[in-house]
Amino acid sequence: MSYIAKPSAHHPALPRNALGLTRRDYEGSMSTLCAGCGHDSITAAIIEACYEMDLPAHRIAKISGIGCSSKAPTYFLSRSHGFNSVHGRMPSVTTGANMANRDLVYIGVSGDGDTASIGLGQFCHAVRRKLNMTYIVMNNGCYGLTKGQFSATNDKNSPSKKGEANPFDAIDLCQMAIQLGAGFVARSFSGDKRQLLPLIQAAISYKGFAFIDVISPCVTFNNHPASTKSYEYVRQHNMASENKLDYVEPKEEITTEYDEGTSTSVELHDGSHLMLYKVGEGHDPRDADMAIHTIRTNASKGTIVTGLLYVNEEQQDLHDVLGTDERPLNGLPMSELCPGSKALEGINARLR
Amino acid sequence: MSGINDFVIKFATVNGSGSASANTMVAKTLFRMGIPVSPKNIFPSNIQGLPTWYEVRVSEAGYLARRDGIDLMVAMNPQTYAEDLAEVVPGGWLLYDSSMPRIWPRDDITLLPIPIAHICAKQWTDARQRQLFKNMVYVGALVELLSMDMEALKGVISDQLKGKEKLMTANLQAVQLGRDYAREHFSCPLSIHARPAEGAKGKIMVTGNDAGGLAAVYGGATVCAWYPITPSTSLAEAYEKYARRLRVTKEGKRLYGIVQAEDELAAIGVAIGGGWNGARSFTATSGPGISLMSEFLGLAYFAEVPVVLFNIQRGGPSTGMPTRTGQPDIISCAYASHGDTKHVLLFPSNPTEVFSMGAEAFDLAELLQTPIMVMSDLDIGMNDWMTDPFTWDDSREQSRGKVLSAEQLEAFKTVKGKPWGRYLDVDGDAIPYRTLPGTHPSMGSFFTRGTSHDEYARYTEDGRIHARVIDRIRRKFDTAATVVPKPEIETRDKNSKVGIIYFGATRPAVIEGLDELERTGVRLNAMRLKAFPFNEDVKAFCAAHDQIFVLEQNRDAQMRSLLITEADIPATKLIPALSYDGMPTTAAFVRKTVLAHLQPEKAAAAE
Repeated sequence: MSYIAKPSAHHPALPRNALGLTRRDYEGSMSTLCAGCGHDSITAAIIEACYEMDLPAHRIAKISGIGCSSKAPTYFLSRSHGFNSVHGRMPSVTTGANMANRDLVYIGVSGDGDTASIGLGQFCHAVRRKLNMTYIVMNNGCYGLTKGQFSATNDKNSPSKKGEANPFDAIDLCQMAIQLGAGFVARSFSGDKRQLLPLIQAAISYKGFAFIDVISPCVTFNNHPASTKSYEYVRQHNMASENKLDYVEPKEEITTEYDEGTSTSVELHDGSHLMLYKVGEGHDPRDADMAIHTIRTNASKGTIVTGLLYVNEEQQDLHDVLGTDERPLNGLPMSELCPGSKALEGINARLR
Repeated sequence: MSGINDFVIKFATVNGSGSASANTMVAKTLFRMGIPVSPKNIFPSNIQGLPTWYEVRVSEAGYLARRDGIDLMVAMNPQTYAEDLAEVVPGGWLLYDSSMPRIWPRDDITLLPIPIAHICAKQWTDARQRQLFKNMVYVGALVELLSMDMEALKGVISDQLKGKEKLMTANLQAVQLGRDYAREHFSCPLSIHARPAEGAKGKIMVTGNDAGGLAAVYGGATVCAWYPITPSTSLAEAYEKYARRLRVTKEGKRLYGIVQAEDELAAIGVAIGGGWNGARSFTATSGPGISLMSEFLGLAYFAEVPVVLFNIQRGGPSTGMPTRTGQPDIISCAYASHGDTKHVLLFPSNPTEVFSMGAEAFDLAELLQTPIMVMSDLDIGMNDWMTDPFTWDDSREQSRGKVLSAEQLEAFKTVKGKPWGRYLDVDGDAIPYRTLPGTHPSMGSFFTRGTSHDEYARYTEDGRIHARVIDRIRRKFDTAATVVPKPEIETRDKNSKVGIIYFGATRPAVIEGLDELERTGVRLNAMRLKAFPFNEDVKAFCAAHDQIFVLEQNRDAQMRSLLITEADIPATKLIPALSYDGMPTTAAFVRKTVLAHLQPEKAAAAE
């Protein structure tokens, strides 16, 4: 693995967004992941989402832990600051970064080992803190960088490449996120860009903790037909077709093109909408109990429910809880932060 | 020998009984009489029911170290009667609750029996009041026995009862009962007693953790993340207390954020995230927390992220003695984390310095773009110290270090003659320029990582580049040595070839110990370290002396190791002087250790 820069020149006729930027301006360096890795598809969806939303890339911070997934932020948004931290600790670093500057968009990228094993505690507490961020797990059910060991999201009995069955139950991060109070919980599949793109856009628009568990097959270690995290398995057992989504930006009209009987519109804090068409089995994503029920009943049949599983339209974020100033803390002048010698006299007087 | 304004009084009580606030009142009253006092709280790692002690040394001469040999014991805890009795010096006094008959097997001390429980039972019916006011009864007796100023005591009680003024009358009633009993039954005052003095005038009484929290407010910290651990907890709580008072806008919005994290790993992670994003950030912890934070500290070191850590040291190894003091984290902090890692350490010696160095730590962290650890300890952090008032220079410039604005980024190449690279040393001081997220639409973004990187923050596996970058970071340590606080050198005899190196909380013991030695004709020059890395002054002091005691509160002579390894001081010169029983070091320890080495025959004869 090494650092491979992409040539920055691009065709003058490439379409531009409202900021006058092309998709290329949202890319990063060349991916060094294995050819066909699901993570690269997620990377592409993140690039597309930010481009389409006209987000100024420098106002996004991308933070990750360690692992194949956590390398991915190098491959998108080269104009954003990135922080590849330590294994399993992306949530705490993002917490501090977010506390320092509430005005940026925070995209946290993690993997199943990074989140469900070494970082499980940090994941839980970031959810609890209602951190305003988009938390994406690139979930391939295995440790890629150390050559294919099972991770904690790997389904029980799912065999490794060598054929050994996983003896332990899987941790379902979406269920956990809902139980812990995440405001926005979705699951998707790296191979389903049509579904993934609006979910990422909605997650970024969402104020509060937005979690997307993206099943992302590991082409090298976990993409054989018997694996439940393989392209083949997920395509055959994905309920996504029942659950189509569309993301409508706040500036767009939302009155057209949706059919009352078969769709739900979820309004996000910034006025954008996430439209859900034909939600599977009458699933209302505002109902946490139903969301967990839907995940569990389908899982017992070997089916993976994807789409927007749960959303709380009223969530407060960490800054609301902490009561911090509207201005970013990192920009406050020292004159406002340091109380000065006069206040100190008063403090000394109390200590006499 | 003890006498007026020169004695030690010790309270042996049970924790959770309300004795702590009563005992503090005694110390504070003496302090307000102008007499230098030094209280030490010796408490168990427990909430209720275990033995706890509170010692108050009174010293008109201004010696504030803990001193062995108790002149007056207030023995309120039957669990520890035997050991408390043994600690009283011959000719001393022992005050106890004589409601139950009790035989004290010593005839060389004076007993001061007071039927405290009976007095309280007669006065109050409520069980809780009966218990709480027992403490105030002995405080009342001490007013007479020690000639404490009643007006000063009233002021102290009234300060402590702020918001609970209704309790004032009952408290004063209890004090009066104690006074009456003492006057009627004992010859008051004792030969050891208090008299108004000047030594404490103009001073304040405060804990180091209180000072540390205040330092973070004054140092401009806006992000605090911590995990409760004795003895550091009260520092984060003090930050919250002061920030709530001093850092809230008219609209009620807070100009700070505090997160009580799920563990120390997260606490340092949050602080590093905040530092990376341009906020002054800190955490407070103790030894076990340092162990947990080590991986992250290596990241902050290598990725060059500013962050401040207050380490309130306690006795180790492992969980060790959570409620006893020590300086056992010198090595673990200096080299915290795997790989070639080194950190800047500051060593305050009292709460006033915790305040000044604590605030300075935030400047240094941003100047040097690295973690700065403020090495306090339980003694400084949790005990009240009589110390100089906090001062602040309003003209002081709190530099944010080399952080580029959008305009500076655009002009960088023109001004500096080199393109900007996050880890490129353009000024020759090994400190590169950093940018914050969100600064410029198309310039200055980079990827912060703990993996090896080149001068432009790009991933590398090229060993030559890796070596070049870590060499540059090592050179940054040379720059650090020129900006950290210089040692304090006290020359008692410019011809003496014997010296002592010390740091932190042992300062009062060293000053007193060297005074005692000087009176016997032994003169030592002293150097108090204030920071690591060591600067030229440290080397010069060592070069000028042949025998140098290195006083520290750990078993393995950790600072000595650091001096040998990092300042190339010959090991043979450095004589370890180690006290690691969890108690604040005494002047007697300093004196005896020095004499045992310099005059072994004489010292043996004196034993």
